[in-house]
Amino acid sequence: MSSVNNEREEILRMSGVDPTKCMKCGKCSGTCPAFDAMEYHPHQFVSMVNKGNIEPLKQSNAIWQCLSCFACMERCPRDVKPAKLIEAVRLTVIREQGMNHLESENVPCMLDPELPQQAIVSAFRKYSK
Amino acid sequence: MHKIGVFVCWCGSNIAATVDVKAVAEAASKEPCVVYATDYQYMCSESGQNLIIDAIKEHNLTGVVICSCSPRMHETTFRKAAQKAGLNPYMVEIANIREQCSWIHKDMAEATAKAIVLARAAIAKVQLNKPLIAGESEVTKRCLVIGGGIAGIQTALDVAEAGFPVDIVEKKPTIGGKMAQLDKTFPTLDCAACILTPRMVEAGAHENITLHTYSEVEEVSGFVGNFTVKIRKKARKVKMDLCTGCGLCTEKCPMKKQPNEFNMGLDKRGAIYIPFAQAVPKVPVIDVEACLKFKTGKCGICSKVCTAGAIDYEQQDEIIEQKYGAIVLATGFDQIKPTKFGELGYSQYPDVVTSLEYERLMNAAGPTKGHLLRPSDGKPPKEIVFVQCVGSRGQSCRDKSYCSKVCCMYTAKHAILTKDHYPDTNIHVFYIDERTPGKNFDEFYRRAVEQYGVDYIKGQVGKVYEENGKLMVQGSDLLANEQITLAADMVVLAAAIEPDKTARSLGTMLTASMDTNDFFTEAHAKLRPVESPTAGVFLSGMCQGPKDIPETVSQAGAAAVKVIGLLTKDKLLGNPCVAHSDEMLCNGCSQCARVCPYGAITYVDKEFRVPGPKRVETRRVAVVNEAVCQGCGACTVTCPSTAMDLKGFSNRQIMSEVDAICK
Repeated sequence: MSSVNNEREEILRMSGVDPTKCMKCGKCSGTCPAFDAMEYHPHQFVSMVNKGNIEPLKQSNAIWQCLSCFACMERCPRDVKPAKLIEAVRLTVIREQGMNHLESENVPCMLDPELPQQAIVSAFRKYSK
Repeated sequence: MHKIGVFVCWCGSNIAATVDVKAVAEAASKEPCVVYATDYQYMCSESGQNLIIDAIKEHNLTGVVICSCSPRMHETTFRKAAQKAGLNPYMVEIANIREQCSWIHKDMAEATAKAIVLARAAIAKVQLNKPLIAGESEVTKRCLVIGGGIAGIQTALDVAEAGFPVDIVEKKPTIGGKMAQLDKTFPTLDCAACILTPRMVEAGAHENITLHTYSEVEEVSGFVGNFTVKIRKKARKVKMDLCTGCGLCTEKCPMKKQPNEFNMGLDKRGAIYIPFAQAVPKVPVIDVEACLKFKTGKCGICSKVCTAGAIDYEQQDEIIEQKYGAIVLATGFDQIKPTKFGELGYSQYPDVVTSLEYERLMNAAGPTKGHLLRPSDGKPPKEIVFVQCVGSRGQSCRDKSYCSKVCCMYTAKHAILTKDHYPDTNIHVFYIDERTPGKNFDEFYRRAVEQYGVDYIKGQVGKVYEENGKLMVQGSDLLANEQITLAADMVVLAAAIEPDKTARSLGTMLTASMDTNDFFTEAHAKLRPVESPTAGVFLSGMCQGPKDIPETVSQAGAAAVKVIGLLTKDKLLGNPCVAHSDEMLCNGCSQCARVCPYGAITYVDKEFRVPGPKRVETRRVAVVNEAVCQGCGACTVTCPSTAMDLKGFSNRQIMSEVDAICK
């Protein structure tokens, strides 16, 4: 139990997210362009991390389906930042694999070819400003 | 030599659980001049007060220190008790060992030590207290109500009925406010105009009520019972006394392209216009920004058709000055324009409207004569999506942090009315929480679901976009754990409400405090909900916080009662803890007058006897108007020659407290 709690605290620390601020309005999941591709949806990430129910998220390919477009962050009325939580879960998985960054060969097999890759979306976000 | 009594209160367990009250009393009894010290469970109770009264009499006490809660809570109670025992009420000092000690500490030893220090400081101070006598001031028996919506009208009518003259200042050309724009009212579905307009007429015709419409408050000075207010009566360019309200001028005006504010800009009005048919006063006003006569010097048609000769293009703004005993703020609210929510498409698509716009679209006097037709092409909508909480309950920069309170109910009302008139319409409501506390409110909402088949979806809308002439509404259905997209003809946004923009400047003029959302703050959230912390200023309606019509009317009545209570008095007792200038020390530098927020300090030339051959010399010295001074102390810390001092909080008293703490 305590290791689960530690994992929750670590994810919250990494992401800077306070999931208790969530008012369960569903704006994030109403906004998400990758909703149908994701096994767990943005609002579920917030509530599951809050409950410490993190293992299913780590096992799910939903963390790789998130585009990191940050629409959920932009529109969340409570400033919860679901995308940052997803990013932190992703990073937890990567670190457990003994790495601190994403190796490209680990990604493509998990990705839907229809979806734009996170790296591309992130680059757009980074360089379009 | 003083004889001081110290009374330590337990406040049940509020203090006694964290502070060793017996130890405090014991320590206090050893302080200089203390002849009596005790503790008791509830000092504020009747028996507690009697304990104080008896001790004052028995021990001939000349000063009293109560170690208890904040002076904001019970200072008046204990002063009255001292007065009953024949002691000057200003010989009582409070050591706050609750809010500033027991409530904020956990460790008993530390809290007890601090309580003893606080008691010691109060004992040191009370030795320098002087008996003070409160001055009196007259009460002007006239009330000013700022804002002529239902809140202002109700307060004005109640005060006027009690026999006091009331002036209503309304910035719009008519009274009536937002309620006049509503179609029906929840949960009874009364027609808003049918129940409001008789009140408007009553206010307009009441012998004790004077309406200043199209007017704004310019300046406020004075204090409770004695406010002086300057009101700007903006030039209507129409003579109120001659106009018959026939409306011919508004019909003939050629400049009929101005957005009609009353209909939320959904149709047009002329440059000379009457806001709506039941306006009070029913006198038109010329919008000089739009009027051809003012823009080019030509036209003048309104003047030609007016048989009463009421049009006056030369009319100028007029400033009137009036004295009031009480001022009621009833400045009301506005609905935000949800332009910041780009994803909802309000600025992009004409068929995405706010609920207040929808209200006008349903109203028989509205732009579509009561037929529900969508703004883009005038066709009746068959699929309507309502989105709640737009801009409310959020923490991002786009949102208001509060719940706007009325949206759940008016959305249910819109859904019911629409389904009632157009049963073949499909209605979907995206909600976060359905909040329906209130008499018959939840039953009303359930009617929308069960009787009218309105589709309530737990979730929020992520985006609205256009496709094949439909508004595609993408949102979450949290209970189904799905993302859904609905094809709609119209989208109605329950946009947040916010206080009227003029409230902030009025708050500054009146020194009436506001919260971070610009709602006026009440003097006490529970026990003084209709009074502003500024004496003589009262609050009515939405300007204090979101509320519906029955709540507004109740609060308006409560504010009126407080006003009547004030105006019934002939004289008011002032606060004697005010500033005083020692003429012998004052060097006439004017610094105190500059920092005084109340304008209480003036300078006079005064003759003083001096040694030497001249014998008399004239010096400029500060004089404090004790009725205006609020005792804030800004002048005392500013004065470079220590001439300015605050009665009851003199520099010596404060320093002796500091000394006692540092001992």
